[in-house]
Amino acid sequence: MNRIPVRVTVNGEPTEHDVEPRLLLVHHLRETLRLTGTHVGCDTSNCGACTVLLDGEPVKSCTVLAVQADGHQVTTVEGLAAGDGRLTAVQEGFRREHGLQCGYCTPGMIMAATGLLAAEPDPPEHRIREALEGNLCRCTGYQMIVNAVRWAAAHAGETFDVATGPRQAEGAA
Amino acid sequence: MIPARFDYHRAADAAHALALLGELGDEAKLLAGGHSLVPLMKLGLAQPAALVDVGDVRELSYVDERDGVLAVGALTRYRDIERSELARRLVPILAHATGRIGDPQVRARGTIGGSLAHGDPAADLPAVAVATGAVMVVRGPGGERHVPAREFFRGFLETALQPDEMLVEVRFPASGVEPWAYEKFSRRAQDYAIVGVAVVRGPEPGIALVNMDSTPVFCAAASAALGRGEEARAVAELAAADGRPPSDLNGDGAYRRHLARVLTERAVRAAAI
Amino acid sequence: MSLIGAKVLRKEDPNLVTGRGSFVDDLRPDRCLTMAFVPSTEAHARVRSVDASEAAALPGVAAVWTAADVAHLPPCPGLPGLERPLLASDVVRFVGEPVAVVVAEDRYLAADAVAAVVVDYEPLPAVVGVQAALAADAPALFPALGGNLVFEQPWESDLADVFAAAPRTASLHIVNNRCAPTPIEPNACLADWGPSGLTLWAAFQAPHHLRNKLAEFFGIAHDETRVIAPDVGGGFGAKINLVPELYLAPALSRALGRPVKYVQTRSECLQAMYHGRAQEQDVDVAFDDDGRLLGLRFMVTQDNGGYPDPGGMGLPALTTAMATGCYKVPRVAVGWRNVVTNTTPVASYRGAGRPEATFMIERVVDLVADETGLDPLEVRRRNFIQPDEFPYATSSPLAVYDSGNYPGALDELLRILDYDAVRQEQRRNLDDDTKPLIGVGFSTWVEIAGFGPPGSLEAFGHLGSWESAQIRVQPDGSAIVYTGASPHGQGTETTFAQIAADNLGIPFERISVRHGDTATVLQGIGTMGSRCTAIAGEGVRAAATTVLGRAKEIAAHLLEADPADLQAEDGAFTVRGTPARSVSWNDVAWASFRPLDLPEGMTPGSLETSVFQQVANFSFPSGAYACVVEVDRHTGRVGVRGFYLVDDCGTVINPLLAEGQVQGGIAQGIAQALFEEVSYDPQGALLTSTLMDYLVPAAPDLPGFVSSRICTPTPNSVLGAKGIGESGSIGSPPAVVNAVVDALAHLGVRHVDMPVTPQKVWRLLEGAR
Repeated sequence: MNRIPVRVTVNGEPTEHDVEPRLLLVHHLRETLRLTGTHVGCDTSNCGACTVLLDGEPVKSCTVLAVQADGHQVTTVEGLAAGDGRLTAVQEGFRREHGLQCGYCTPGMIMAATGLLAAEPDPPEHRIREALEGNLCRCTGYQMIVNAVRWAAAHAGETFDVATGPRQAEGAA
Repeated sequence: MIPARFDYHRAADAAHALALLGELGDEAKLLAGGHSLVPLMKLGLAQPAALVDVGDVRELSYVDERDGVLAVGALTRYRDIERSELARRLVPILAHATGRIGDPQVRARGTIGGSLAHGDPAADLPAVAVATGAVMVVRGPGGERHVPAREFFRGFLETALQPDEMLVEVRFPASGVEPWAYEKFSRRAQDYAIVGVAVVRGPEPGIALVNMDSTPVFCAAASAALGRGEEARAVAELAAADGRPPSDLNGDGAYRRHLARVLTERAVRAAAI
Repeated sequence: MSLIGAKVLRKEDPNLVTGRGSFVDDLRPDRCLTMAFVPSTEAHARVRSVDASEAAALPGVAAVWTAADVAHLPPCPGLPGLERPLLASDVVRFVGEPVAVVVAEDRYLAADAVAAVVVDYEPLPAVVGVQAALAADAPALFPALGGNLVFEQPWESDLADVFAAAPRTASLHIVNNRCAPTPIEPNACLADWGPSGLTLWAAFQAPHHLRNKLAEFFGIAHDETRVIAPDVGGGFGAKINLVPELYLAPALSRALGRPVKYVQTRSECLQAMYHGRAQEQDVDVAFDDDGRLLGLRFMVTQDNGGYPDPGGMGLPALTTAMATGCYKVPRVAVGWRNVVTNTTPVASYRGAGRPEATFMIERVVDLVADETGLDPLEVRRRNFIQPDEFPYATSSPLAVYDSGNYPGALDELLRILDYDAVRQEQRRNLDDDTKPLIGVGFSTWVEIAGFGPPGSLEAFGHLGSWESAQIRVQPDGSAIVYTGASPHGQGTETTFAQIAADNLGIPFERISVRHGDTATVLQGIGTMGSRCTAIAGEGVRAAATTVLGRAKEIAAHLLEADPADLQAEDGAFTVRGTPARSVSWNDVAWASFRPLDLPEGMTPGSLETSVFQQVANFSFPSGAYACVVEVDRHTGRVGVRGFYLVDDCGTVINPLLAEGQVQGGIAQGIAQALFEEVSYDPQGALLTSTLMDYLVPAAPDLPGFVSSRICTPTPNSVLGAKGIGESGSIGSPPAVVNAVVDALAHLGVRHVDMPVTPQKVWRLLEGAR
């Protein structure tokens, strides 16, 4: 079986492995590198659970061969929080605005939203909805995800302590 | 859900890709962004013996202006076309329709050449190429040949490309100031069009339909009527008479014809402004 | 300050937003193998032979099993004589039914092996749809059954007298579309059967239930059978079904001596995870000129798919129990039939039988409005059960409504919706061809929740209908709550910590909630039927109250005070009126383990207790929804312009999470109404086997929500919570469809079945031209 060397910088760390050409990037991340935060939710590029950033752009890692990522940069949800574990505004926004329930689509949503805000720092609601059109969530009905992204836009650049964050949502009774 | 095995070759440049294609014969397929091919391979609907990866052939990724023509390298990603100021200025319908393909993740990977060479009649860009009168620049062992988009699409997922050829560039007449419209109808935002229509006015008006046949449909009679300045409704009637629309869960042939009529009328009206 | 009712942020989230969640497919024990099915490509066929020789010889393949290899094992639990085999033996009964199973070193090699298995089918005529199944000459799925009718519950009376005497009558035939639950995480399990017993990690809603069933199946002891539901990526009722992989993965792990993991692909999920809804209904209504309901005659025909699942068999009982909704209907006759067809089995999907009832009755009251020329809201008001009429015994013995305020919910809805403005725009647009048609639809609904009265779940094979709660105060004054509920997105770790914090006086931050592991959680039933907060939450409250009482005795002993004079708040016990006399929870907890510090008669370890919470009646959440749609009169496309909702789920523990449950449920309801339908061709081939064809809507396809709530606590519990998980998916579909019918009413349209596709609407528009 022919195996191809693949060098990918993942979350800032260089990696190198020989892989089968047919290995999908999502399986390379999950199985080879054991970064299991990126999930698989379909086989037809519809659900977006596998979204990661490839050279800064959100892509569906189930529709990219690992060999295609050779020489490129990949960021997964594990690579968002800084080394000190502080959350990005997008991660914190999902928490504050209850933008997740079961959490399975969440890493993909967060990566898609991160890609959006990098390109468009203050998107209106309809743009957020459009930008997330390739990500399916079965739990939330999306309104709270939209709220989460708006929250993140309003707190761009800030980081948040995961352990001692606020207990209650803003404006809580 | 898992692609069958294949041999993998990475092309350094276009010449290398062509050499590999020549070597490997018709069992080999080009892999650009992979957003048409990889899904088919995952579903077991395509099982190429070898892939020639041209994804990193950057020499074919560009959007240029040349002699009144917008020249787009075949390996230019949707995202780069969508964001190209030049494309928006010279062939705005191309930039707009490209921005409506799939979803942002798909647009970050898919390439114009990949889409056109795949030849899916439900895709957006084939119809845009047909409506605008684009020309495909095809390179093979014997050199380059130019194929008008209206002659390029031969059947369902079938084009004028030979197994040892590759699409290297797409040339769009720069029609920037002419009114245009692209109407796409789908049930979900991320989906392929159930029916779509591209309308371009100007000295060489063109109307083409998405997903109304096994290829993108160039509406010759409707295009001529548009050129004669006929009423939107009359143009739409002509357009809707073209094609042999498929039937599926989203719509049968009769409904698709109806949609073609409605969307064309809307597009012609929108392109009047 | 009370935390019950506060918008507390979730304890679950830090892991889930950083990729530190732990779903089944994230687990990979050493030497773990991957299991994959060879699914039937035929809907109905005799399996002549399965040739696994080539597959078995492939590199990395550990085993290929066919029906013969599992002949020593029982079938999946089911109806006697109609059980589903682990692997199809002689006959396959739906596309996707596993014919063989392969186990290999990884999923790629497993996929190669699946492709190498050759199955020879002899096609049999397939039965698709209940009408075809009940036809006189229909091929029978189970010859022993002598037809495809599994069970029939006839009307007790045909109400001939009521209908003969009624001033008006109307009828409706409704197809409640088959839906695929489609959690974004498909079915998944990982079995590791070692010398000390079986451990199964499963994406499942009821781990103890599964533990019991596995032990029974394999003839092993409960103490050596451990089931763990780790993070579960949504369930929606579909992850409580006892499907073959849950037995095959352990059997293969035992045989091969290695862990075996199975993760469904999405295509497999769409064809093999049990579907929901799939009812045809015939309803006749008798009423007078004032729109008062006089009688209802209702027959449900339930499509149960290829094998009658016990849960699926019970769906029509729930549908018919809730047939009269929130209205007083003097005379009612209900009946149902369960039918098998060559399609995926049907079982519970968010709402499970009640969305079908709500859709019917809410369509019926609109029909009565249409017939009488009354406003649909007026018809509703004239027939509402009034707030002073509770408990209200309906004609169904299952449904004695606990409490409610249906007019109050509607009043609140009309406060947040400008009904007159919508009607004005509707009139303005009517004759303007360039504008969309506007429609507004209502649903004033009530549902049955809080599945907990004795017998209610036993009927579906569960051990009981209670739920367990255990609280263990730790020596440092922190506390762990163990619950038999098994959440998969509901936020139970947060809401139960809120309940415990309020009732213990221990800070929220010092309370952890554990669940989903039969080795650590006492016993449990599971999270389904909107029972988690209503029953398990009440259990947590009760356990906390007991523990607090004991803690107060210890505190009183330490303070030399009377326990009755103590109050517990913010981590301390204080003598009322004498704030200086105080002892911290930490000190009390510490003392509880030190005999010398305890009052006479108290033994160490007293600050822990278990409760098996029972309730005497179901709870009946209710609400009033309105949907405003615009219909493109040329393409037929329906756009939801706004969705307005008022919920009454009794006491709300966390408004943020309750709102999330409602919005998510409504999204699924709108999806059923406008987008989703599992489709088969007449030969039983599944046409919606990917998310390209099965249209789960995304963010741009759904509207924003305008929400409010009223609160009528249930008298069933001290907590007063009724359940909220299924409300949205139950209440919303008729609001959407009523809005579409309202938009098209001037064309004479009286009904349209779901999903309301653009093509369907176009045909209605064409038909009226």
